[in-house]
Amino acid sequence: MKIILKEIPDLHRIDVYESNGGYSAFRKALKEMSPDEVTNEVKNSNLRGRGGACFPTGLKWTFMPKTGDKPKYLCCNGDESEPGSFKDREIFEKNPHQFIEGVLLACYAMGIKSAYVYIRGEYYKWINLLQAAIDDAYKKGYIGKNILGTDFSTDVYIHRGAGAYICGEESALMNSIEGKRGYPRVKPPFPAANGLWGCPTTINNIETLANVPEIIKNGAEWFSKIGAPKHPGTLLFGVSGHVNKPGVYELPTGTPLMTIIDDYCGGILGGKEIKMVIPGGSSMPPLTKEECLKANMDNESLKEFSSSIGTAGVMVMNEDTDILKVLIRIAKFYYHESCGQCTPCREGTGWLLRVLKRIDDGKGRLSDLELLTSVAQNIEGNTICALGDAAAWPVKWTVKKFREEFVKRIPKDEIDVPVLNKVHSLR
Amino acid sequence: MQLFNEEELKRIEEIKSHYPDARAALLPVLWMVQEKEGWISPDSMKYAGDLLGVPYEHILGVVSFYTMFNKQPRGKYHLQICTNVSCMLRGGYELYNYVSEKLGIKNNETTADGMFTIEEVECLGSCATAPMMQVNNKEYYENLDTNKVETLIEEFSKHIK
Repeated sequence: MKIILKEIPDLHRIDVYESNGGYSAFRKALKEMSPDEVTNEVKNSNLRGRGGACFPTGLKWTFMPKTGDKPKYLCCNGDESEPGSFKDREIFEKNPHQFIEGVLLACYAMGIKSAYVYIRGEYYKWINLLQAAIDDAYKKGYIGKNILGTDFSTDVYIHRGAGAYICGEESALMNSIEGKRGYPRVKPPFPAANGLWGCPTTINNIETLANVPEIIKNGAEWFSKIGAPKHPGTLLFGVSGHVNKPGVYELPTGTPLMTIIDDYCGGILGGKEIKMVIPGGSSMPPLTKEECLKANMDNESLKEFSSSIGTAGVMVMNEDTDILKVLIRIAKFYYHESCGQCTPCREGTGWLLRVLKRIDDGKGRLSDLELLTSVAQNIEGNTICALGDAAAWPVKWTVKKFREEFVKRIPKDEIDVPVLNKVHSLR
Repeated sequence: MQLFNEEELKRIEEIKSHYPDARAALLPVLWMVQEKEGWISPDSMKYAGDLLGVPYEHILGVVSFYTMFNKQPRGKYHLQICTNVSCMLRGGYELYNYVSEKLGIKNNETTADGMFTIEEVECLGSCATAPMMQVNNKEYYENLDTNKVETLIEEFSKHIK
């Protein structure tokens, strides 16, 4: 079942895309559907955001005001900076026009005249690929003034980021488009009321928008029956780490994790056993081997294991992996990427990293494990944006689920005086 | 300072028209500065500020926030090696350490001849083709190992001479 990464040669070319039914959904919407009908179709399909939060897309669109003189904006989030995620670049490369058509449908549904596609600065190659596709769509009259002879007009621009994980957070992304430091904004007000330049704004993930044309073409009911009922459709699973065939695999939601690893990725590298899998990009709580055997890859199913689908970036680790080293690398990342606005995140990410390193240096104490959990819990929920949670979850849950991995690194003769430890951590 | 020629200034006008507020063109203009100069100097920040009506202090804040904007000159070949988890699992650190030792430079240092800078970078979205290296914020070199990276560096060295 392929909705986005269809196996059609040269689908990235506009003529090939058109001859395979491309832009027919947009034509249909312009001719036969009212903007509200488009929104309703998306709403009824139960499409949920593919950027990690799984928010219902159609519902998000209904938050946009229908009246008022302020211009409205669409931001397409192609920052893709979550470690382990590399799906959007696949869309830019293999099927950019389906994404562009999704953008146009979203603009039509919400009465938007300017859409900005925010792409991480490192994706130089893919920015050029998408720009070429946008240029072709302009030439064919799908974007621009009076599209296809109607009174609907809209423009699509690419905005290149410059290396900041935090700009994948929707309000930081808006600040970055406005030419500012990528600081997340306090919510409320929410973007639908007060977004880019104080105007109503909707932010959608690239993959989310790429699903929309097929929903309009084939109907909400068709889409809602694919995969897991509460989280329907397909996902672009980006599998990396210790598998024989890493890559992006488009599969229905709810596909068992082991099916992805064994049947699609050719099993674990070197015929080893699994030790840990991070199911949705580095901020998601990991799964143990036992959990992997039971896990289905949709948001509701992963909740059972206190995890979440995130961006569906599956990172697989075999039995030889040093879990502590992996967690240190993750903690280092969030420490580096914290924007510094909120004290719990700015300071807490550094504390997590230093305590983890202390354990790695053989100077850990048993009470460090409680300390890590405590610091993580004091970051979680106490920050403006979700980067704090993203930094806290992997530490909290890896320590909980893989406690033995940490305990075995703590010297046996250590004197575990909690008070001393507290004094130490304050230094 | 007059950094941009007529054509480039026209391009900037075009970029400004994408946004309701000219200040939003700051990131694209800074990219153009870096493309031309290799880094973003205080003088070029002031120049960009005058073009867009943005105070120097604001630009300094922006340039220092984004890791891809070079705050100092870089080597002709800026080697950006990912060591985040997916790359780490497939030898990202081995690759980084190899290049670092071969060139005799540490993170963010430049070789004495000004040819190479090495930088340890965060995930570049190339996880299935790990380990990898980006060069000069542009080209991706994927599925690397120490042999392949050695050949690449030799190749780059030839271009320099």
